[in-house]
Amino acid sequence: MILDIIITSLINGSTYALLAIGFSLIFGVARIVNIAHTAFFMVASYCIYMITRKLGYHPIVGMLVAIPLITLLGLICYKLFIDPIREHEAAVLISTIALAIAFQEIMLLIFTGDYLSVPALIQGYFTVFGAKVFYQQLITFIAALVILGALRLLLMQTKLGLAIRSTAQDREVANLMGMNESRVAMITMGISVALAGFTGAVVVPLTTVNPFMWLHPLIMMMAVVVLGGLGSIKGSFFAAYILGFAEAAVVFLIPMGAFLKGSVALSVMILVLLIRPEGLFGVAFEEER
Amino acid sequence: MNLIRYYIRKFFTIIKTEVFVLPSRMIVLLFFLTLLALPLITNDPYLLRILILASIFAIFAASWDLLSGFTGQMNFGHALFFGVGAYSAAMLNQHVHIPPWGSIPLGALGAVLAGLIVGIPCLRLRGTYLALTTLAFPIILMGIVFAIPNITGGELGISGLDRLARSRVVNYYIAVLVMLVLCTIMWKITDSNIGIIFHAIREDEVAVRASGINTTRYKLLAFCLSGFFAGIAGGLYAHFMRIADPSTLEVSMSFQVVIWSVFGGVVTIWGPVGAVFILFPLLEFFRFLPEFRMLLFAIVIILILLFMPQGLLPWIRDKIENECPRCKIRNVATRKSCRICATSMH
Repeated sequence: MILDIIITSLINGSTYALLAIGFSLIFGVARIVNIAHTAFFMVASYCIYMITRKLGYHPIVGMLVAIPLITLLGLICYKLFIDPIREHEAAVLISTIALAIAFQEIMLLIFTGDYLSVPALIQGYFTVFGAKVFYQQLITFIAALVILGALRLLLMQTKLGLAIRSTAQDREVANLMGMNESRVAMITMGISVALAGFTGAVVVPLTTVNPFMWLHPLIMMMAVVVLGGLGSIKGSFFAAYILGFAEAAVVFLIPMGAFLKGSVALSVMILVLLIRPEGLFGVAFEEER
Repeated sequence: MNLIRYYIRKFFTIIKTEVFVLPSRMIVLLFFLTLLALPLITNDPYLLRILILASIFAIFAASWDLLSGFTGQMNFGHALFFGVGAYSAAMLNQHVHIPPWGSIPLGALGAVLAGLIVGIPCLRLRGTYLALTTLAFPIILMGIVFAIPNITGGELGISGLDRLARSRVVNYYIAVLVMLVLCTIMWKITDSNIGIIFHAIREDEVAVRASGINTTRYKLLAFCLSGFFAGIAGGLYAHFMRIADPSTLEVSMSFQVVIWSVFGGVVTIWGPVGAVFILFPLLEFFRFLPEFRMLLFAIVIILILLFMPQGLLPWIRDKIENECPRCKIRNVATRKSCRICATSMH
């Protein structure tokens, strides 16, 4: 029982962490609240389903094709629908909501509303202290940690990472120091959508694929971002596992828990915010909150 | 007798000098008259149904604008107020047998309470934090609704409520009159001193506090007022559809109201109302292609926002009216000189 909870919470936590960090990156750099972020995750899942089930390729091929495709799609959407109206924050918000609805409807048209599934990379499971651990779960967890580590390296060690961090801190000054602000925003959007695509790739064998799968992760992702502190990657990381654990514990321990899992996790977020309004790892800027 | 004649004359003077000089005011007048006179022309129950729902959602959208547009407290969980209004009206009607004229206002009071409960923790948050946090509240309530099915009806909701009225036309008049009255009240609130303080809180909260105004109180007031109007919309919806179900609390409901308001232009009250009366029938019109309905809807919104990011109705208003450069009074775009101070308009 306890092991089941831990395994589920680690898997959920990794999903939320990957999604939340992508969301928080593009928010920090360009002040874009990208509601369509999890919609890209959904489209990536469908892309992998298409390649593995319909065209019959190996899941690895599916991942390798899907992630660049989704990144390209994200960049096109950014250029066409978000970039021209970036000064109007409310308009950007609605535009991304409409984009998410449009993706949902397109997927509904192509694949209908059926629940679909994707084969795991490695079939089978092993037992640890009486709890079943599927190999796919192990792969998902390790892949999530690897990609988060790689992202941290990119942000902390490279020149591009420096540009992204400084633009997030102060857009105008970064621009004055000779960083091309709109290009940094564009690259960050690419990284952010690629992260969403990657999440789709590693998580999809564990869940079912359907056109409405973006809604629940969207809410949890936003809760994670708020709980961890907007723009704080370390915060998002820990908050994701905290909320993932809260969700898993409620599902396993309380009767009717499946209905209450969202409620309890979000109540945890609100309770923490009451004590620390800037989130767990956020820094309180007078301007921002 | 003389007094009556005086008031009649004054009424016509106001109509002539204040309403007929500006096309936007004439449009508002026409909108009122068309809505009120429509049942005389047609009795089509389908059309009336669309307009009743549009009126209910117009109250809902305008109440979002009152809170989020005016005070800048971005609320992403506005469905909470709608859902609380609908569910409390439904429960009062079902379990206590209070008729609609009592249960709807009481349900709205329930929504005011919800506004207080949400407003107090949210006072400490600002901007995007607030938007993302408020998103959580309707979902928490939805989990509770699912968890206690013997009181709330669970997934199926509470059905079989009393009708608002027997016939569709009377239903129509109730919904439209309530909408017109409440939206006028909201418009007046935003024009009053309170409205000015709301504006100021959005622009610079620290400056407002520095001028000796208790911003906490005004922000809570905004939450309560907005919750009240949204709660009435929710109660009307529950009694018109004769069911209060979890769809009133869904995320899509919260997003829908943001879409309507931003599409129509925020910080106006009339913007969201107009947007609902454009977008809601449009969504019904797309019904001839059921699969493409939501897709077309999303595309229309994206395209319109690309070309007029401040909203559709303010864009139209700027096209047909100009502001006098000297006295800041609005004039028809065709006028060469200002109607008040006679300065040249260019």
